[in-house]
Amino acid sequence: MAGSVDLSKGLPSHPEKSTLEGKNKFLGFWIFLGGETIMFATFFGTFLGLREGTAGGPSAEELFSMPLVFIMTMLLLTSSLTSVLAMFSMKKNNFKNMLVLMIVTVLLGVGFLGFEIYEFVEYVHHGLGYTTSAFASSFYTLVGLHGAHVLFGLCWITTLIIRYSRSGITLTNAPKFYVASLYWHFIDVVWVFIFTVVYLMGIGGA
Amino acid sequence: MATATATKDKSVLWDWLTTVDHKKLAVLYLIAGTLFFVKAGMMALFMRIQLMSAENDFLTGQTFNELITMHGTIMLFLAATPLIFAFMNFVIPLQIGARDVAFPFVNALGFWIFFFGGLLLSVSWFFGGGPDAGWTAYVPLSSGEYADLGLDFYVVGLQVSGIGTLVSAINFIVTIINMRAPGMTMMRMPLFCWTGLVVSILIVFAFTPLAAGLALLMLDRIFGGQFFIPDMGGNAVLWQHIFWIFGHPEVYILVLPAFGIISEVIPAFSRKRLFGYTAMVFATLVIAFLGFMVWVHHMFTVGLGPITNSVFAIATMGIAVPTGIKIFNWLFTMWGGKITFNTAMLCASSFVPTFVLGGVTGVMLAMVPVDYLYHDTYFVVAHFHYIIIGGIVLGLLAGTYYWYPKMFGHKLNEKLGILMFWLFYIGFHMTFFIQHILGLIGMPRRVYTYLEGQGMETMNLVSSIGSFVMGAAILVLIINVVYSAFNSERITVNDPWDARTLEWSTPTPIPEYNFAQTPQVRSLDPWFYEKVHGDGTMKPAEPMTDIHMPNGSILPFVIGLGLFIWGFGMIMINMDDTIVPPFLVIGTGVILTFGSMLIRSIKEDHGYHIPLEQVKKIEKEVS
Ligand code: HEM
Ligand SMILES: [Cu+2]
Repeated sequence: MAGSVDLSKGLPSHPEKSTLEGKNKFLGFWIFLGGETIMFATFFGTFLGLREGTAGGPSAEELFSMPLVFIMTMLLLTSSLTSVLAMFSMKKNNFKNMLVLMIVTVLLGVGFLGFEIYEFVEYVHHGLGYTTSAFASSFYTLVGLHGAHVLFGLCWITTLIIRYSRSGITLTNAPKFYVASLYWHFIDVVWVFIFTVVYLMGIGGA
Repeated sequence: MATATATKDKSVLWDWLTTVDHKKLAVLYLIAGTLFFVKAGMMALFMRIQLMSAENDFLTGQTFNELITMHGTIMLFLAATPLIFAFMNFVIPLQIGARDVAFPFVNALGFWIFFFGGLLLSVSWFFGGGPDAGWTAYVPLSSGEYADLGLDFYVVGLQVSGIGTLVSAINFIVTIINMRAPGMTMMRMPLFCWTGLVVSILIVFAFTPLAAGLALLMLDRIFGGQFFIPDMGGNAVLWQHIFWIFGHPEVYILVLPAFGIISEVIPAFSRKRLFGYTAMVFATLVIAFLGFMVWVHHMFTVGLGPITNSVFAIATMGIAVPTGIKIFNWLFTMWGGKITFNTAMLCASSFVPTFVLGGVTGVMLAMVPVDYLYHDTYFVVAHFHYIIIGGIVLGLLAGTYYWYPKMFGHKLNEKLGILMFWLFYIGFHMTFFIQHILGLIGMPRRVYTYLEGQGMETMNLVSSIGSFVMGAAILVLIINVVYSAFNSERITVNDPWDARTLEWSTPTPIPEYNFAQTPQVRSLDPWFYEKVHGDGTMKPAEPMTDIHMPNGSILPFVIGLGLFIWGFGMIMINMDDTIVPPFLVIGTGVILTFGSMLIRSIKEDHGYHIPLEQVKKIEKEVS
């Protein structure tokens, strides 16, 4: 079976899926992301159903601030770009480049998370506690779940960077980096939906 | 270097706790599923004792509610699902000619998470009683206002065990897509693999909404969320939508693998190939798709309006078409075949009419005006038990008798088997047929007693007696397992049924690597093809070499334990006085869980090789 890969001519052009193990990881991860999509969809549906349910508490129009969300979006979109570039470096077998780009990705992600925490604290000061209304609960749950994904992704990528900082690209770690960057992308795509459904529609009052 | 001989020194217990072998995990699933099945079955018998006579006070209403809830929940999540996973784990890699599953570690992880989730659900009895809002946990019955701690165990326990199921499903999908032997094209795959694949996909798409819904309910109950509290802007019907978007496909998650088993057993004992293979595959896909489009038929009486109800009524009836295709194909398979009526075949063939009956009452319930009459009566109880027992349990029994020799190296006793079958079949119809009538004359579901003089006493008595007959049947099965373990001849042939698919080409007992050489598949029913057109052995697709195997690991067990502790800590938040603060318990669980995951991701584990000489030695011993 596709167990061994000839390494005498250097790494293959797709090191992340040239072994059966890599292929399995690759497919398994896509399926996992399918499940994540459905889970987020459920939370989106819940938010859409409950966003008018403010029960006299603060509403989206009163709270959301465009500049803040814009900065957050830019940070996350850029980090997604750097993670893609990192994968290009991996396919070109340029380990140093890949590592640097991954570190930049992490830093941008940390920035995003910082702003999100600031945002939540700010809203609580404006009277939107988790238990204030159904709108509050569904907002914090949806956006917070995304934030938790960001945090998990950051820990994951950081672990990979530390663990493999000296090993170069191998057939074992290539799938790992690749899958982590896929995950990061996914987080980014979810954010685009949150940006639209939660913030734009919230501010626009649509 | 760890080699196969080194593993022999380990203690038996350690071996089972750390195993990543899909065959051993199958046995673990089988044992756990059976234990839960017996437990939930006894709960059913208690309920039937309570309902045996009018105005009985054997149980209190509260206990009855707890029994209903736990019976339903355990049967669906902790008995039927794991029993199906037992067969999927054992059979699928063998049927597709694979040495192993795609993610052996994840496979073990799935088992242990499921197991600890089930345990978490079960320990609720020691903390003031089980959940009591029905297996559907409708709000507001399940909200903090009306339901006690038991429901926290429901919410968190199911959440944990659901993660296990999800994780296993991903493993099955990748295994089936990526690990098939050369020549095993999709359209040569046995139907059990097909249904296994489709069901795993359904799990990914259905269990995630459940996970989300349970998370919402947990947030409401433990962290003060307002999702389902109308006063605070929440919406109670939302729960029903989320629950049934999961709940309806769940029925198909259970019944499709049973279809798969039936599609293996009927051809084997009719000595004919499965009639209409391609149609069967497409029918499976259509059923899976429609399974997602019909959830509102559980909510006809909620008041969503005539248009919504009509659309979902029609979609529901649509499922009858692909199901009918399947039924006719099984009948045509038997038609003109040389049928052997052993226990497996009896279960498989009696599945067909029983399931049809459950399907017919399903179509009746899909008619909205009719559902307004029958909703929440015993008619519904009868309907779904015809599907669940007359379908799923009969399928599982057929699978048990059919695959038992491959799993354990000996057959189950046929005389006891036939006795079990008739007890079960008669007991089943006695219990549930009459419940259709009870429902029609107005006996409500989920009610712990009924009044005298309404003409319900006799029928309820008959029903209860029937349930004991069914219980006796399960007892006979258990006796049979013990009896056969000591008194049955070991199987010396690899293929005791003269069957058709690849799993029967392996030696018994199966070496840990399944196939010394990956087989070359040349046709549908590849093993039968080689027996008829070849020399009776599978052609190898590769030379004999060292075989690579994964190492066992205790981490899946630890992660399961970690999730158990974490979940328990969350529930402790709602307990009045706790000895240790909940956050300490939660912290311990989180550290165990994520710590193990970290260890797993940092420590590279490349497994080990079984050297060629040893493979040759093992092959000589088993053949
Ligand atoms: C010995 C066989 C069984 C008997 C006698 C039995 C009996 C019962 C009874 C008395 C109820 C309560 C009905 C009510 O008052 O609404 C019930 C509910 C239920 N049963 Fe069974 N049952 C059996 C097997 C099974 C099996 C094998 C499954 C699934 C694999 C199952 C799934 C359910 C479910 C989902 C409910 C609904 C619980 C709820 O309403 O929350 N049962 N059963
Ligand atoms: Cu349904």
